[in-house]
Amino acid sequence: MSDQKEAFVFNDEMEAKAQNYLARYPKDRSASAVMPFLDLAQRQNGGWLSQAGMDYVADRLGLAPIRVYEVATFYSMYKLKPIGKVHVQVCTTTPCWLRGSDDVVGACKDVLGIGMGETTEDGKFSLAEVECLGACVNAPLIQVGDDYYEDLDATSAKALLEAFKRGDEVKPGPQVDRQTSAPVGGAKTLTHVEQG
Amino acid sequence: MLQDKDRIFTNLYGAHSPFLEGAKSRGDWDGTKAIMDKGRDWIIDEMKASNLRGRGGAGFPAGIKWSFMPKEPGEKPGYLVVNADEGEPGTCKDRDIIRHDPHKLVEGCLLAGFAMGAVAAYIYIRGEFYREYETLQAAIDEAYEAGLIGENACGSGYKYDIFVHRGMGAYICGEETALIESLEGKKGQPRLKPPFPAACGLYGCPTTVNNVETIAVAPTILRKGGSWFAGMGRENNTGTKVFCISGHVNNPCNVEEEMGIPLKELIEKHAGGVRGGWDNLLGIIPGGSSVPILTKATCDTVLMDFDSLKAEGSGLGTAAVIVMDKSTDIVKAIARLSKFYMHESCGQCTPCREGTGWMSRVMDRLVDGEANIEEIDLLLEVTKQIEGHTICALGDAAAWPIQGLMKNFRPEVERRIVARKLEQGEGASASPEAA
Amino acid sequence: MPTLSIDGIEVTVEAGQTVLQACEAAGVEVPRFCYHDRLEIAGNCRMCLVEMEGGPPKPIASCAMPAGDNMVIKTNTPAVKKAREGVMEFLLINHPLDCPICDQGGECDLQDQSMAYGKDHSRYTEVKRAVKDKNLGPLVKTTMTRCIHCTRCVRFITDVAGVEELGAVFRGEHTEIGTYVEAALTSELQGNLIDLCPVGALTSKPYAFTARPWELRHTETIDVHDAVGSNVRVDTRGRQVMRVLPLLNEDINEEWISDKTRFACDGLAKRRLDAVYVKQEGKLQQSDWDTGFDAIRDRLDGVDGSKIAAIAGDLACAESMTALKDLMTALGSANIDCRQDGAKIGTGARGGYLFNTTIAGIENADFCLLVGTDPRHEASILNARLRKRYLQGGFTIYSVGAELDATFPVTELGAGSDVLADIIAGRHDVCSQMVKSTRGMIIVGQSALARADGAQVLAGLKAIAEKTDMVTSDWNGFNVLHNAAARVAGLDLGLVPGEGGMDVAGMQAAGAKGDLDVVFLLGADEIDTNAFGDAFVVYIGSHGDNGAHHADVILPAAAYTEKPGTYVNTEGRVQRAERATFPPGDGREDWTILRALSERLGQTLSYDSLPELRARMVEIAPQLAAIDEIAASDWGDFGTAGDLSSDDLALADTDYYLSNPVCRASDTMAECSDLKLNTAEGATGTHG
Repeated sequence: MSDQKEAFVFNDEMEAKAQNYLARYPKDRSASAVMPFLDLAQRQNGGWLSQAGMDYVADRLGLAPIRVYEVATFYSMYKLKPIGKVHVQVCTTTPCWLRGSDDVVGACKDVLGIGMGETTEDGKFSLAEVECLGACVNAPLIQVGDDYYEDLDATSAKALLEAFKRGDEVKPGPQVDRQTSAPVGGAKTLTHVEQG
Repeated sequence: MLQDKDRIFTNLYGAHSPFLEGAKSRGDWDGTKAIMDKGRDWIIDEMKASNLRGRGGAGFPAGIKWSFMPKEPGEKPGYLVVNADEGEPGTCKDRDIIRHDPHKLVEGCLLAGFAMGAVAAYIYIRGEFYREYETLQAAIDEAYEAGLIGENACGSGYKYDIFVHRGMGAYICGEETALIESLEGKKGQPRLKPPFPAACGLYGCPTTVNNVETIAVAPTILRKGGSWFAGMGRENNTGTKVFCISGHVNNPCNVEEEMGIPLKELIEKHAGGVRGGWDNLLGIIPGGSSVPILTKATCDTVLMDFDSLKAEGSGLGTAAVIVMDKSTDIVKAIARLSKFYMHESCGQCTPCREGTGWMSRVMDRLVDGEANIEEIDLLLEVTKQIEGHTICALGDAAAWPIQGLMKNFRPEVERRIVARKLEQGEGASASPEAA
Repeated sequence: MPTLSIDGIEVTVEAGQTVLQACEAAGVEVPRFCYHDRLEIAGNCRMCLVEMEGGPPKPIASCAMPAGDNMVIKTNTPAVKKAREGVMEFLLINHPLDCPICDQGGECDLQDQSMAYGKDHSRYTEVKRAVKDKNLGPLVKTTMTRCIHCTRCVRFITDVAGVEELGAVFRGEHTEIGTYVEAALTSELQGNLIDLCPVGALTSKPYAFTARPWELRHTETIDVHDAVGSNVRVDTRGRQVMRVLPLLNEDINEEWISDKTRFACDGLAKRRLDAVYVKQEGKLQQSDWDTGFDAIRDRLDGVDGSKIAAIAGDLACAESMTALKDLMTALGSANIDCRQDGAKIGTGARGGYLFNTTIAGIENADFCLLVGTDPRHEASILNARLRKRYLQGGFTIYSVGAELDATFPVTELGAGSDVLADIIAGRHDVCSQMVKSTRGMIIVGQSALARADGAQVLAGLKAIAEKTDMVTSDWNGFNVLHNAAARVAGLDLGLVPGEGGMDVAGMQAAGAKGDLDVVFLLGADEIDTNAFGDAFVVYIGSHGDNGAHHADVILPAAAYTEKPGTYVNTEGRVQRAERATFPPGDGREDWTILRALSERLGQTLSYDSLPELRARMVEIAPQLAAIDEIAASDWGDFGTAGDLSSDDLALADTDYYLSNPVCRASDTMAECSDLKLNTAEGATGTHG
């Protein structure tokens, strides 16, 4: 481990969220908050967990640091090394693969000029392969930050990343003309539902 | 085809507002207190009458499961834990329920929790579903504000809390005891059973873990009656179900249909049919990545429910239908699943920790035929050494896709090995000095 | 009590026992790696699979399945064999084939079980996993590629040791045992990880590559590094002690030993006194027994008994103390003491200086008040029992004295003597807890008893213990925790000043004034040996430590592994140590030295053999007759009523790793001590 003994402490925004999370568990069960606390520490730290952050969480919750390290290394959404400001995660599990995730991976590599697990030199983009993201009827898809960009192909994936490069906002969800998980061309069901 | 009037998830695609006003206009929270007034036993009886089987994969009857909780409140509080850690490849139904119809889940949490005498519900949602989490939390906040849950839920005098806990990327947390461990702030490693959660679950308290869909359909069942639900589908396979149709179909989609709908009808009516036509079908994984693949011949006639698919040596699982047409590299499709299971093995018990990696590496070689013929049987033996020998079902889930592949597509695997040998044999003869 | 059938053998076991335990009760062997009967059940290795009739259509993990009435268990079916062979194959696919260079070789569970369930060839043709080794400090060596992830080590360090420093990080096949952030383990019980590890992943660093198990001779004996009396096995090759391992004793150490017990053994071969030395012209010169004895005789000639004194050290055996006492009596001296630290105990009823609750008895307690003691460092094994009791629930622990780095939650009441005075007077808040408890304990340490007011502390605690019903007909919650192996036997034998005699402090004062002529130090190294002024110092001992540095004559003696000896632990339990090897050079067993000297002095002791000496020993202290037992102790007067001083209750400034001459000679202990000091100083520095 590197020398990261700089102090870490939640900022006001994260502290408020931390209190909200703590309130969800019985008082003598605050260990339950270790996952949300680590997530907050990660968000405050630019998307990855420093040792200082983990130690801080351990201290806050009265846990032995090793228990926190176990959690931080077990779950794939905790990043133990710095990532790009825009972290592009491509799902390549079978349902996405069947619908062309290889092309999406290729497009990402082409546009970003990096391979899987790498970060661009300017630190802006990083690219990772992930397991099933749970949006299989909108495959293939990528996750960027907290959003899903769905129904991609090589062309739309390229366009998407180019837009990110330019700093443009892109509407998350299907990148084709489609209402969420309804079939392309319009829902065949729920056409006779009365709504208020 | 199921009529819209019998569909439960009337905002499945998010055409309308997911929030309280919209939800109420769709019938949610209608007479909730009246249902509670009928009492715990009535609710459980009605759920039993509906014959609703758990929608998370195992298909255990929900009403019976709820009845396992202590009848009288003991020293320890009871908990309802909702499994929203949707991650079985092919499956994306709970996501739609949460983001488009969250109040069905919230109301379901109250009614189910009330029926089982729980003090609170924890909804464990996979970490990647961040926007879905935001919607769900907003719905819960609304419900608190409207007095639907909280100190005096729906004015019933019953105190009930609902909390959301986000996962952080671990498929194994979909296993109920791993989920409980995770919720307690630990690594998501499954517990040994016994004890079962109903006796010793979250924080050592009586706990029932149910899938999102199981809980979310409960309020409608209780409003329309167990017999209404039981009247759909087939005996022991009743009601409606949200199906996820992915892969090589013209229009992948989620759709709520009647249980027992023929697989072919499901795909043709809702997903625009198999790419290139039904005859272009190679095979279908009918219930998420963990269940064995079906060949086209079976797909022609099989019905989509628990018992029909079990009879075909597969399973309904999460009703995630992964369709593969004849262009599919079937070995690679299954090899990718093996990689998934290797990645998601928690590492706790020996057969799964060591076996998933072994299987994945052999599968990777089989994609290019880089293996000996005998290795097929060796691989099958490895699957048998894992199956039934692990703490949880992930080991089985990792084994079954490979067993399904070899059962239905073994000639293709052998063909690749032979072809590779020939290719290498030619290469060798072309360069005699290599020998 | 469920009755079940194991391979057709009917067996009844206690409720709550597992199928695996039932199998053992039926005499049916079940292979296992993760299961250990003193650790939490993990059920992860899957080696103990058995078949259960009428159960699920798959084998069950017998270690995790509660035994139920009428269960029909089969352990010898082809399916069970196949299941275990499958697990064994999985364990081996990523395990290196490096048995020839593995220290675990010859005593490896994996090696043994693979003979029964392994194949003669590997079917795994993929690349084997390689795992980076971890640096866990000077004691535990790692070869992590060999790890089979049974997590025994994690469970031990977390539950038994109570120092959460090891974990299983990452997941799936990348799971690794370690500390994640490189750091040495800090538990005083970490050496037990080596015994617990069923493979060669965790081995002994000091012992690495020095011997093979089949080359070693085993001697079952008693440890003397503290007053617990842990049962140990000393392994020797030739004359050298190669390692020390725990022996099972449910009443004392269960199957654990502390790191000092295990790892100080290299100190047995270093700084040894292996010849007689006599001071000539101000310098110690190597000499011989005759010259040494003559020098002593000459110096004693005409000296009055009142100017002769003797101090027995912390590692002395009862036999040598018997001889020392008899010799002093013969020389007309009442100046004898075995309390190097000056503890004000041993002059009243025996119950006043014993750990009356007993170590195993801790498990029946519901309350504990620590007074001026740090059990973690004074008696690590006893401390483990306190932690075990804590984990069982319903046990509250309070402490008066310096703040502790305990392995269980302790409510610190403060170090002020007013706190202790309030407790003794029954007006402190904690007294209500003491009254409420049905099996309460007080543990008082030597730091509290070595104060000037030690006798008042003792009397005060006796009074409050009686007042709060901690001493009843079937429970004695009054406990003195010793840290010197020799102490209880010394007190039993009356190695305290006789009529008009001086204690250690008195001897030092007399020495400073020139009123002391000759001092015998029997392995006494924990005192300021400079303080005897011009007195003639005879040092009888094994190591060139404090006592020897200021000696006029050095008589080389045996260390605890080199002689048969009797020790009485803090509970009052009498145990026999056995000879594992011989003292180096001219070294002799202590009592034979004293016997030979007595003859030269014309005061020949009455025994010529060990049995005769032991008979004499029992004559003085009949309670030493019953080996491995605790004689019923009397409960009468002890201590002295009176006010306490106003000084804070401090803890003696003793380094756990350097508390006696053997461990001070140990390089391993020195390394541990340095590391601990550096870690304490560098706590704000960098890691790794």
